[in-house]
Amino acid sequence: MSAEHVEFTKEMREAGYTILAPNMLHFHFSLLEKVFRLNGYNVEILTNDGPNVMAEGLKYVHNDTCVPALLVIGQFLDALHSGKYDLHKVALAITQTGGGCRASNYIFLLRKALKKAGLSFIPVISINMSGLESASGFKITVPLVRQALSSLVYGDCIMQVSNQTRPYEFNKGETDALIDQWNNALIAQFNRGHGLSAKEMRANLHQIVADFDAIPRSREKKTRVGIVGEIYVKYSPLGNNHLEDFLRTQNCEYMLPGIMGFMLFKVDNRLEDFHLYGGSLVKYAFCTALMRYCTKLEKMLIDAISSSPSFVPPSPFAHTKTLVKGVIGYGSKMGEGWLLTAEMLELAENGYENIICAQPFGCLPNHICGKGMIRKLTQVHPGINIVPIDYDLSATKVNQENRIRLMLAVAHDVDAKRQQQNLLIAQDESECCGHCAGCARAE
Amino acid sequence: MSNTLRIGLDIGSTTIKCVVLDEEANIIYSCYERHLSLITQKTRELLTRLDNEVIHGAPVHLSISGSAGMGLALGSHISFVQEVYATKVAADMLMPGTDVIIELGGEDAKILFLQGTLEVRMNGSCAGGTGAFIDQMATLLGIPLDTMNEEAAHAQRTYTIASRCGVFAKTDVQPLLNQGAARADVARSIFMAVVNQTIAGLAQGRPIEGNVVYLGGPLTFLRELRACFDEALGLSGTCPENSLYFVAIGAAHQASEPVLLSECIDAIDTFHSTESYNALPPLFETQEDLTAFRTRHAQAKVARRDPSTYQGNVYLGIDSGSTTIKSVVISEDGELLLTRYQSNSGDPVPHVRSFLTDLRTQYPGWNVQASAVTGYGEDLIKNAFGVDYGLVETIAHFTAARAFLPDVDFIIDIGGQDIKCFKIHNGVIDNIFLNEACSSGCGSFLQTFANALGYDIADFAQLGLAARKPVDLGSRCTVFMNSSVKQAQKDGADVTDISAGLSISVVKNALYKVIRCSGPQDLGAHIVVQGGTFYNDCVLRAFERELGVDVIRPDIAGLMGAYGAALYAKSERALHAGESTLLSLDALEHFIHHAKQINCGLCENHCHLIVNDFGGGRRFISGNRCDRPTSGGKQSSGLNLYAYKQQKLQAIMNDRHENAPRGTIGLPLGLNLYELLPFWHALFSSLGFDVVVSPFGSRKLYISGQATIPSDTVCFPAKLMHGHIENLIKQGVKTIFYPCMSYNIDEHLGDNHYNCPVVAYYPEVIAANMPDIQKIDFIHDYVGIDHRRIFPKKLFGILKQHFTDITLREVRHACDAAYDALDAYRKDICRAGEEMIKKAREENRRIIVLAGRPYHVDPEINHGIDKLIAGFGAAVITEDALSPQMHKEPVGVLNQWTYHARLYAAARYIADQKDMNLVQLVSFGCGVDAITTDEVRELLESKGKIYTQIKIDEITNLGAVRIRLRSLFAAIRQQQALEKEA
Repeated sequence: MSAEHVEFTKEMREAGYTILAPNMLHFHFSLLEKVFRLNGYNVEILTNDGPNVMAEGLKYVHNDTCVPALLVIGQFLDALHSGKYDLHKVALAITQTGGGCRASNYIFLLRKALKKAGLSFIPVISINMSGLESASGFKITVPLVRQALSSLVYGDCIMQVSNQTRPYEFNKGETDALIDQWNNALIAQFNRGHGLSAKEMRANLHQIVADFDAIPRSREKKTRVGIVGEIYVKYSPLGNNHLEDFLRTQNCEYMLPGIMGFMLFKVDNRLEDFHLYGGSLVKYAFCTALMRYCTKLEKMLIDAISSSPSFVPPSPFAHTKTLVKGVIGYGSKMGEGWLLTAEMLELAENGYENIICAQPFGCLPNHICGKGMIRKLTQVHPGINIVPIDYDLSATKVNQENRIRLMLAVAHDVDAKRQQQNLLIAQDESECCGHCAGCARAE
Repeated sequence: MSNTLRIGLDIGSTTIKCVVLDEEANIIYSCYERHLSLITQKTRELLTRLDNEVIHGAPVHLSISGSAGMGLALGSHISFVQEVYATKVAADMLMPGTDVIIELGGEDAKILFLQGTLEVRMNGSCAGGTGAFIDQMATLLGIPLDTMNEEAAHAQRTYTIASRCGVFAKTDVQPLLNQGAARADVARSIFMAVVNQTIAGLAQGRPIEGNVVYLGGPLTFLRELRACFDEALGLSGTCPENSLYFVAIGAAHQASEPVLLSECIDAIDTFHSTESYNALPPLFETQEDLTAFRTRHAQAKVARRDPSTYQGNVYLGIDSGSTTIKSVVISEDGELLLTRYQSNSGDPVPHVRSFLTDLRTQYPGWNVQASAVTGYGEDLIKNAFGVDYGLVETIAHFTAARAFLPDVDFIIDIGGQDIKCFKIHNGVIDNIFLNEACSSGCGSFLQTFANALGYDIADFAQLGLAARKPVDLGSRCTVFMNSSVKQAQKDGADVTDISAGLSISVVKNALYKVIRCSGPQDLGAHIVVQGGTFYNDCVLRAFERELGVDVIRPDIAGLMGAYGAALYAKSERALHAGESTLLSLDALEHFIHHAKQINCGLCENHCHLIVNDFGGGRRFISGNRCDRPTSGGKQSSGLNLYAYKQQKLQAIMNDRHENAPRGTIGLPLGLNLYELLPFWHALFSSLGFDVVVSPFGSRKLYISGQATIPSDTVCFPAKLMHGHIENLIKQGVKTIFYPCMSYNIDEHLGDNHYNCPVVAYYPEVIAANMPDIQKIDFIHDYVGIDHRRIFPKKLFGILKQHFTDITLREVRHACDAAYDALDAYRKDICRAGEEMIKKAREENRRIIVLAGRPYHVDPEINHGIDKLIAGFGAAVITEDALSPQMHKEPVGVLNQWTYHARLYAAARYIADQKDMNLVQLVSFGCGVDAITTDEVRELLESKGKIYTQIKIDEITNLGAVRIRLRSLFAAIRQQQALEKEA
């Protein structure tokens, strides 16, 4: 039976309802929280974690549903049951992409869960760009979208440079301290109505890169690992059993492709759909304009990171897209679609050949774009070392980590052989290769 | 000894292996023992022993490897080597020139491709088919492993057994045993299942060839298992000396800095004292709690009578379950006279015979008035011993529960293999929940764990009562549970905490996964719990705690099926006076039982039939899906739209054009092409092609493509696709057309008309993973047939790249033909459906809408469930046949997939039809159905209809399906009877 659909009204917004939203990428989302607040929405990004989140998820959501739904809904219910909020002055917000995978249904699963828990009076807001649902108290406006996108660009920039700094820093904790510092600085700027114009963004981004570049660090070579996968599991520590924390103990450097790529991908899908199947020209023109705008932001990000030779900048979306030509079709758009495959190639091309493909257990698009493409990728890019990891509330950390360790053992082995070869070449030609362990020590 | 020795420890899921190497890498010491999950203690003991006997306090190089050793090694700062990598290191040294290593461990399966690009594969988190699985199967067969190995050598035939996970396989093996299959054949079939699992799960398209090496316990100890691998791979692999120790040897070689063992032992001691797993509150806070709990439950007692003083009429009930046989005899007044509980050791017949003989000889003064049998072995026992009545388990349990609590609202029965729950409404079973084959967290699950830890189940349960910090293990299936337990042990949980934790997880599994309840209000006020598993006080307590209510556990909880059968026999006899047909003592003495196996030739399913002959003209045939071999199809309704669809598709497949100008083009009959076959067939025929369609699915077809499946958790219909493509290539087809389709036809039943991601994009997987696809022209572009106007132009753009002479005109014309053909086909299906409904109504038959996806029409995918239903005398209709009656309905979920929108619409429609019921087929691993099933259930239950869901996979245990369907029909009959009364 259809769960009641309570609308989030203008009155609710004016009454200052707390709007709870799930967490995914801590830094990005903390900026988004601020942006929404500045636009008059009392948004709070949830940070609750722990076994009760999972217990609530398992209790209120069909257990065969994929893990992001269980966790996101579990997080909501854990928060609602915590007693921290006035249940009659709280709303929930969740994104809805409108794609062909189960994720578009999360909002309905959330409503069902609320109903089961006797909380169906709580309004749920759908954040979508597909016109799926609307609410009088929640309007997606052009300024809001622009500000949100800008926050994501900041988030991506900090994520990219910090991940390339942290493994090498001499003073442990310096990178993370700088992240906090920038978080505060940006929020302070937002509060003053600054930091979101193109000019200010450009300046900020360059400063971010320069600041991180200034952190003193070693020049040793570490094994480079890339992380791709279903968006929630890839980014959210709750979803991936704190994968990043684990990798930080494993003497390697990891790279997470940014969220802007996903945004561009979602817009690009609409253009591809038009090419493949035809459709409305007006929509096509709108999406082209949106694509152009996002590409401009992307360029700003890449320019900033490229300003330092120490950092590997993300590849432009347009380039990443060409990488999968002949591997998978651009029409494959559900979930992360062809982008997931493309990101693996992008990472490999940028020197991150050891890749963790993180996905919810039973994730449908991943059967195609993740696991389904690994064989092909090993042909296209020999030497690529991919390990698919399934995440599930009862898949144990020990199993997941064991598989990642295996991938790393192979990676270390390959790295060691490569360094040996480089050393041999260097000896043969009596000149230094510039990359080997010997060089790193000498410097 | 002056040189530093190297020690490698391999701590696996069940065993600990150790080697000590001297400087020349000779093994100077080795040992292999089971650790019974006492990892820390065992390791400590072992190291102490080594230090005293071999090392004598000298510094050594020490490394630990193995999945269960990771936590210990890291926690106590001993060097750790990933086990698959260790294998590689050892193989590089000991067996240079090896191409592929296949290693099976207690719970892991691994394949290493050493030549060219190094590739290492481990089984995913949902995969059995390993040592622990073989152990479980041996327990099920009631024989030790070496006997199983010997028996397998004498096998005559191989049965298909699900190889996905142990729980699935178990549900295949049990019915085989119950139906009288030879143990030797079953043993070999189990080995073959392991082989198939390993190849299908791990090869992922890379051929296993060259020098193959077998490592690990199962492959070392089981010669026949190696033989099965050799046979499947078409080569002769080697199992080298020290095949058990490769991981340990590799680990020993990887050890770096020398250490003192005494220091390591100290480190292990410190590690041991830290506990860091997720703990739950204890089951009993105090001894008084336990006493009060026991006193309360001691009250639920059945009336008994001393058998030695009783003379007169008695009634017999037998419950021939999956692993046990329960028998109950009651008096004329319903008092309990005699009970018997025995293991069936894989063959119930001799056990029942001995029980009946005892009954007849020891109590000559008893006059058996009537007898009834229920359970998996119902038909076999009924026919063998002339039992008067057979009844489906659900009814048996309900009857028994009502004797304890007349106004019972909810019954939950957790037995050895299955969980059965029924909700009672107005005295009728109105909802049935059975566990899916993948979540059997039942009695045998607890037993297996108890045994693995070295305890008997009763002692194990006793231990759990005292647990102070029960482990939180979640609520998933056995395979997952193994690794959760492993992790908890690593984190320091002791056996009492594990026992209690497992019991709690059984309860959570039943409540949240099987029943899907969110609180006690969902179950009702009067709950009876039964089944042998509830004798376990931990389970009982956990159940009450989880729901927060007190429940009734009868003192004969494990015999309720048999007790219900006896009560049923008594009430039936009261209605129909007569003599019992149960075999007399004389007949029992001359009882014979021969089982013969044949292949049924009456249809394309070719069921393996087991013909049981009991002498005196009593025969029983099992293994059949329909009633043709048993009653010549007399019971069947003959109204089966699935069969009709198959005929229609077959006619299209037969429509070939030998000398077509453009030659042949292949269409695989699966996923999105199933329903659209008329469309594409007409289109390509019109364009001048001879269209070759792959045949209906079959086991052989599946096996032929299984090595190229990249994801072992994708649904079976997708996996089968590999076989279809393989078949077309083998037929010599040079062009295969299999398009990607994000969107399906728009029937205006939903908000959008997507395909699910797997249906939409599986052609990409085929292109990327089937090596032979390179040899042909594989057209798998993206098409959108929902855009009727633009589609011809877009299709032309695709086709002209492959066929340069094609014109847009031709394509436009062909598209018209295609849309017409599809329209005609669908109208025809609707017409046929209407006729069947009309005929069924005339004949007063029940109409079952067997709803699923279009590809569920395939006989290999639906396993003949359509025939099974028709065999019960009902008409079988597909959901799309109702489409003229269907409208877009508001539903509580995002209704955006074409196939699923039909489901919702059909559910809405039949909810108001008195003579219709819906049975939903769900493919295991179907992510979308996690959403649809709940919705369809709600749609039906809101109108008081019973919802029935059948999960199907590569292999499906039709025994369980039959129970479900019989329960459905029994409940419908009860409902009808009540309506008549009213």
